[in-house]
Amino acid sequence: MVSVSDVPGAQGLSKDQLRELYYKMFLARSVGERERMLNRMGKGPFAVTGEGHEATQVGTAFAMTPGKDWALTYYRDIGVALTLGMTPRDLLLAHLGRAESIESGGRNMPSHFSSVDLRIVSGSAPVATQVPHAVGIALASKLRGLDEVAVAYFGDGAASVGVVHESMNLAGVHRLAVIFVCENNQYAISVPASKQAAITDLSIRAQGYGFPGVTVDGNDVLAVYSAAKEAVERARNGDGPTFIEAKTYRLVPHTSDDDDRRYRSREEVEEWEKKGPLIRFRTWLEENDVASASEIDEIEAKAMAEIDAATEYAEAAPTPDPATAMRHVFVEEE
Amino acid sequence: MAEKTMVEAVRDALCDEMRRDERVFVLGEDVGGGGVFRATDGLRDEFGEDRCMDTPLAEAAIVGAAIGASINGLLPVAEIQFADFIHPAFDQIVSEAARLHYRSNGAWSCPITVRTPYGAGIHGGPYHSQSIEAFYAHVPGLKVICVASPYDAKGLLKSAIRDPNPVMFLEHKKAYRLFREEVPDEDYTIPIGVAATKREGNDMTLVTYGLMTRYSLEAADVVEGDDGTSVEVIDLRTVSPWDKECVLESVRKTGKALIVYEDNISGGFGAEVAATIAQDAFEFLDGPVTRIASPDVPLAPYSSVLEEQILPNPEKIADGIRKLAAF
Repeated sequence: MVSVSDVPGAQGLSKDQLRELYYKMFLARSVGERERMLNRMGKGPFAVTGEGHEATQVGTAFAMTPGKDWALTYYRDIGVALTLGMTPRDLLLAHLGRAESIESGGRNMPSHFSSVDLRIVSGSAPVATQVPHAVGIALASKLRGLDEVAVAYFGDGAASVGVVHESMNLAGVHRLAVIFVCENNQYAISVPASKQAAITDLSIRAQGYGFPGVTVDGNDVLAVYSAAKEAVERARNGDGPTFIEAKTYRLVPHTSDDDDRRYRSREEVEEWEKKGPLIRFRTWLEENDVASASEIDEIEAKAMAEIDAATEYAEAAPTPDPATAMRHVFVEEE
Repeated sequence: MAEKTMVEAVRDALCDEMRRDERVFVLGEDVGGGGVFRATDGLRDEFGEDRCMDTPLAEAAIVGAAIGASINGLLPVAEIQFADFIHPAFDQIVSEAARLHYRSNGAWSCPITVRTPYGAGIHGGPYHSQSIEAFYAHVPGLKVICVASPYDAKGLLKSAIRDPNPVMFLEHKKAYRLFREEVPDEDYTIPIGVAATKREGNDMTLVTYGLMTRYSLEAADVVEGDDGTSVEVIDLRTVSPWDKECVLESVRKTGKALIVYEDNISGGFGAEVAATIAQDAFEFLDGPVTRIASPDVPLAPYSSVLEEQILPNPEKIADGIRKLAAF
């Protein structure tokens, strides 16, 4: 499927793939915005989104094989979920807590992504708890002789949790096919990176676990994709884990219940908006003749139409039957 | 049929299940060399170091990796060396293993078994003696088994490994080599959630589990020999889900309930048993629902004198039986 690109700097991606990358990034941005809007309208009780993280999320997930490789996401990973194949409809059904939501049928908070078919494993809210699951999944892949890759996503705050160290250490010992992706947006809610770690690049920690670590510009989708592609190849070839730290910036409050004006200036946010992943990639696409301005407008219009249809569908979808609240505590025997 | 200790029965169950189903594997600290109690002795020789896997010394990663492996098609049996050291893995067990199935509306499941030696009476001090069952019995989505006999250990461990849900399998460490019992060589299972009436009686129902079952049976024999009081002893074996019907049926027959457990008395699992009896068998009672357990001090002090002071034993249980019988 992959055609060799003649676009310089495109990391071997074809023009169609490059346009697809932009489509997923714009879709992720706009689903996040839609969820926050629905929350402000009083329709969705809670929103946690990832505006600003699109290059990191889409760039890494684009290097995976959906349905074969495993994604252990956290609550900001709208772009990962959409790139691997979940749809705006799936995410908005979850946002509104509808019965049909494949994430949880209205049990989990939204943005706790899940799809058995796509191997996006249901996540929780305590940060970093999903990281050892990626290691265990990769351990099972090794024991079963399968060439699957497990990717654990987490933030810079979660990077401080002890189980991340435990997980990287275990993955290093057994040279497991795990990729650790830290989406370093420089804030753990209000706590800045300088209070989170005494080092600048978290990726240097990988050295302590015996595998490579790399820090990339998390707002440059092609740089992220390139790092992820290399990590996937290493993992699939049995050469062990990689730690990718993608430096990015969260352009929105932590959640719908956070007010980021209390801990960072508007000027700072505006500066990062100018360096945002969407505007950068859009410019790149135009400058390299991959897509014209009008073609990009069409891509965006297509994404918005999909989100509008998904919103309409999700709002009309039924809420869960209260009688089902007691189900699935345990596996129901056939 | 051979007479075996409980630790031998545990090892046999692991070995049988690993032979029966190649998805079963064990992981933990020192398990490759057989473990500090020798419960995994010989498994690495037979199944290799991938299926009897030594891990780094990190409990959250042991349980977290087990959860991941179960998601990807295996049936992991994680060993935590002592129950006292399981607390770093609490988040993985409570936030993840117990909730994965419910939170995903039944889409994902987590068929792991977490084995760990628990309990006091071996001069283990405050960090090799704890009872942890109440923490986990409180959490929906977990099954919690407490064993202290060879026969039960083998049958229930097999059930735990085959169960599609996360199961906490707590092995009373003092019972590992305390006595031998006939254990069939052939395959058998004991259903999770079913109690065993280990002694029949008419004057009182004594509900217990773990090592206290053995002590309660001793106490019941002594008191009956002295004054003829006939005590029915029920070993819950599983504390979550627990066999309410077995207990209530017995209490409706005897009219008295004594609950014996080794854990600290306040908020211990026996409190749940007591509340259920008080609520669902009230009109049958002719004495106070009574508990014998350890007082609320960290379990357990190292010195034999102090430890003996704190823990329930056959004499204390016999006294409790006499007092309740006098009502």
